[in-house]
Amino acid sequence: MSEGPRLDSDGLPALLHRELRAGDDGGARDSLGGRLTHGEATSRPLRPPTPEPQPRGAVLHRHRPVDHDEAAQRFIDAPRHEKMHDERLWDLRQKRDRQMHAIPEWEALRDLASTVKQHTLAHLDEYLEQFEAQAVANGIHVHWARDGAEHNTVVHGILADHGARRLIKSKSMLTEETGLRHYLAGVGIEVVETDLGERIQQLDDEAPSHIVVPAVHKLRSDVAEVFARTLGTDPGNDDVHYLAEQQREKTRPVILEADAGMTGANFAVAETGTFVVCTNEGNADLSANVPPLHIASIGIEKLIPRIADLGVFIRLLSRSALGSPITQYTSHFRGPRHGGEMHVVLVDNGRSARLGEPQFWQSLKCIRCGACMNTCPVYRRSGGLSYGATYSGPIGLILDPTFDRRRYSTLPFASTLNGSCTNVCPVKINIHEQIFAWRKVLAKSHDIGTAKQGLMKAAGAILAHPALYRAAIAAADSALKVLPAFLVANPLNSWTRGRDMPAPPRETFHQWHHRTDGGRKQAP
Amino acid sequence: MSSRDTILSAVRANRPAGPHPLPELPIFPLDDSGDRVAFFRQSLEGMGGRSWIGKAVDAVGALFPQAKVIASLVPEIAGNRDMTAETRPRDLADIDVAVVRAAFGVAETGSVLLIDQALVVNAVAYLAQHLLVVLEPWNIMLTMKEAYQRPEFHQQRYASFHTGPSATADIEGILIHGAQGVRSLTVLFPES
Ligand code: SF4
Repeated sequence: MSEGPRLDSDGLPALLHRELRAGDDGGARDSLGGRLTHGEATSRPLRPPTPEPQPRGAVLHRHRPVDHDEAAQRFIDAPRHEKMHDERLWDLRQKRDRQMHAIPEWEALRDLASTVKQHTLAHLDEYLEQFEAQAVANGIHVHWARDGAEHNTVVHGILADHGARRLIKSKSMLTEETGLRHYLAGVGIEVVETDLGERIQQLDDEAPSHIVVPAVHKLRSDVAEVFARTLGTDPGNDDVHYLAEQQREKTRPVILEADAGMTGANFAVAETGTFVVCTNEGNADLSANVPPLHIASIGIEKLIPRIADLGVFIRLLSRSALGSPITQYTSHFRGPRHGGEMHVVLVDNGRSARLGEPQFWQSLKCIRCGACMNTCPVYRRSGGLSYGATYSGPIGLILDPTFDRRRYSTLPFASTLNGSCTNVCPVKINIHEQIFAWRKVLAKSHDIGTAKQGLMKAAGAILAHPALYRAAIAAADSALKVLPAFLVANPLNSWTRGRDMPAPPRETFHQWHHRTDGGRKQAP
Repeated sequence: MSSRDTILSAVRANRPAGPHPLPELPIFPLDDSGDRVAFFRQSLEGMGGRSWIGKAVDAVGALFPQAKVIASLVPEIAGNRDMTAETRPRDLADIDVAVVRAAFGVAETGSVLLIDQALVVNAVAYLAQHLLVVLEPWNIMLTMKEAYQRPEFHQQRYASFHTGPSATADIEGILIHGAQGVRSLTVLFPES
């Protein structure tokens, strides 16, 4: 890191997989013909890999913990998928770094975002009441749901009241948590996802593999196969423009005829009763503004106190997520539109309980940007579906066990504890420390083998003290050298077998930050 | 106990200890080199939007010579599709070009704020194939921080920052404009 990443002749960091190098990808250009890279676009064109069967996600068994390692191995054994996945996500991380370097106050913004979220969570009852009062005063119907099942029933009730049979929706991790689509299908309500990536996943009957780019694990050939099978497109045509246009054309009539629309929310502002939705495709605004009924499902941790706080969070969200200065659409909903009806469902589903866990409550600061996933060497090499859970990657490792401790007991071991996730997190969640804390919790509750417990102690002393941990990493180059092998490896199988350990960085983030004053002073 | 009260009392019981004060939000300087319109246009281009400086009456003809159905929501540009607050969104699906006025612009990102009052029917900004947004050159905030001081966020039921057109790169990272919403967004700086 001290010399910065190795650069190619085009001035961008070198590709991880040089064979993906390509001349042009036909992507959108600006008025002068320059290549555009906003949104989740790659920094440079990548060569489309030759088709290969898509590796599927973790095999789920009702009573057994998820075998992440087994599914990860199958992902690695599909090298064209694995390399493209690795390259695209690493590129998002690089784009994020460039955005960060362009903003001198980046670290101050992260501090502010973290502090605002901490404040809100520490006063969450008051802010929820304020949000509710404001929203109701603006004409929004506010509902509360203790868990996923109640959320689904509430939504069903609203839809039934309106005789709604067809719901269009935009991406929402919360409705993935609650299994809404499955539930509504059971009561005869058709749900159509309107985000391209999410629609691909819905049509392929797969969960989203990434919280921001749901189909990032798929190649164009996979998408062509899914669309041919489900939308009747030309199976021999895997041109990306063709595929995207087909989805647009096939979804539009559904949007126009839908009885109701559903969105999630990125933020809910207590001061005004506003909720904010950020997307690139405009599909959330269509879902909200075309049908007469709009339902927004919002986790209670999405609250922020003031409109002014958006000036911090909006600046961080898309830059962290995609390395793009802002999403194409940042929409503020403060009340129903003329002739329309608006409902908000505030959902707990384990959040209030997590708030009471001193080691883990800070995970509620998460704004679901996905930066920790993009930077994670394990996630990039194993694909999101290998986690067999709603949330994957580093944030998944610390959220999933709160939903089902036994089923997801293996996930906190799918990490090298390199701390990269913590370094990129825009709200400064101590992700890797929480991952380690989960290992301890799971060891104590015997959800992992007892033989490993002795090893916990040695590393525990280091990881319990951030300053000591930093010093130890600096001295040994990397946590990978300080921690007992077990702690950096998956106990059931092994990420350390051969090729998968990342090379320790020459300089740690903290050293870099100190030396460069948080990126303000760049090495020449 | 109602779900509401169950959730609120659980939250109350589990509040993290400590004062956790709400921070003041400082102002971070941004240098637009004295030419805010140029700065805005550069940000907008990077997000896939276009801009055009000229007489408002000439804009649609110059930019969209093929367009047949034009819905104009600004008096200085003529359209051929009338819209009222009672127009059903689904009846807007055949619009080629919608012309709307921005509440203001933001130089930092190249965004324009579109509000319900100006859109008449919110969906028009997404169902039209192309969007032409009128923005007065003096009406550009420098930063997002400044933008969020504006009254619109306390007054409008719906307010949306548009930054370039609808876009996706969900398949292999290839950038495509016109995902589900408009295929292009052009900001018109009117000259009198
Ligand atoms: S934990 Fe942090 S980096 Fe990861 S998704 Fe949440 S906010 Fe983003």
